[in-house]
Amino acid sequence: MIAAVPRAATTADAFNAVAEPRRRQILDVLAGGERPVNDLVRALGLAQPQVSKHLRVLRAVGAVDVRGDGRQRLYRLNGRALKPIHDWVKDYERTWSERFEQLDVVLEGLKKTEGGGGGDE
Amino acid sequence: MTSSRSATVTLPTDEQILITREFDAPRHLVYEAWTTPELVKRWWHANRGEMTVAEIDLRVGGRWRYVMVADGGFEVAFHGEYREIVPNERLVSTEVYEAMPDAQALDTVTFAEENGRTLATLLVQHTSKEHRDAHVGSGMEDGLQDALDLLEQVAVSLR
Repeated sequence: MIAAVPRAATTADAFNAVAEPRRRQILDVLAGGERPVNDLVRALGLAQPQVSKHLRVLRAVGAVDVRGDGRQRLYRLNGRALKPIHDWVKDYERTWSERFEQLDVVLEGLKKTEGGGGGDE
Repeated sequence: MTSSRSATVTLPTDEQILITREFDAPRHLVYEAWTTPELVKRWWHANRGEMTVAEIDLRVGGRWRYVMVADGGFEVAFHGEYREIVPNERLVSTEVYEAMPDAQALDTVTFAEENGRTLATLLVQHTSKEHRDAHVGSGMEDGLQDALDLLEQVAVSLR
């Protein structure tokens, strides 16, 4: 039981939820729309208990929502829960965006020099 | 002027980073700005500090080294070696962040021109997901175990 505590803690964020390839596969399938668990079982070629286990992890971080529809339970993707992953890369992207904005300034200068030098063949 | 001035970063595989950006200039000028030390010093800092070193020995086997003193006062340094050079079109070089010397990446940058504009594509190929993640997440303490092939999809779903 004690061992279960750190494990629960480490799986309870979006990064860990998508670290497992099968869980990414589930998200890929759900990106196409809401699906009952049987569809996921078929798409992944896994036994239902394993699929359910992965769905529990995904639900724990909010990446997947579930609703009952008659006898079926339908699962769907909630992209917003994966936003921390997006933000992580965004920081890096911001650095490059600013770098390139400086490069735009340099290029404007080069274009002027080239144009102003005359004889642009 | 570019319609969106923003670079796009995606993670096509567990070991790669792909950066793309369009420029309102012909590619020989983008190439010149990319490979001339005095010009590199004017843009590579990304407004995060001052570049003190930009050495470029532009020939196959030649080395490059960039050093920046960031606004916080600390220094970051990168270096590598040119592996392939096709003027105005394509550069392949290694890249090492000197604080993490084991994580050597291979960078391939290509410039494609259309109607006087240039699409620059920079592919960073790491040798492991750990190194790739450390590169993207530099500054984050957690050893991230994610694989972000979902990223583009997520970005689209947030629009």
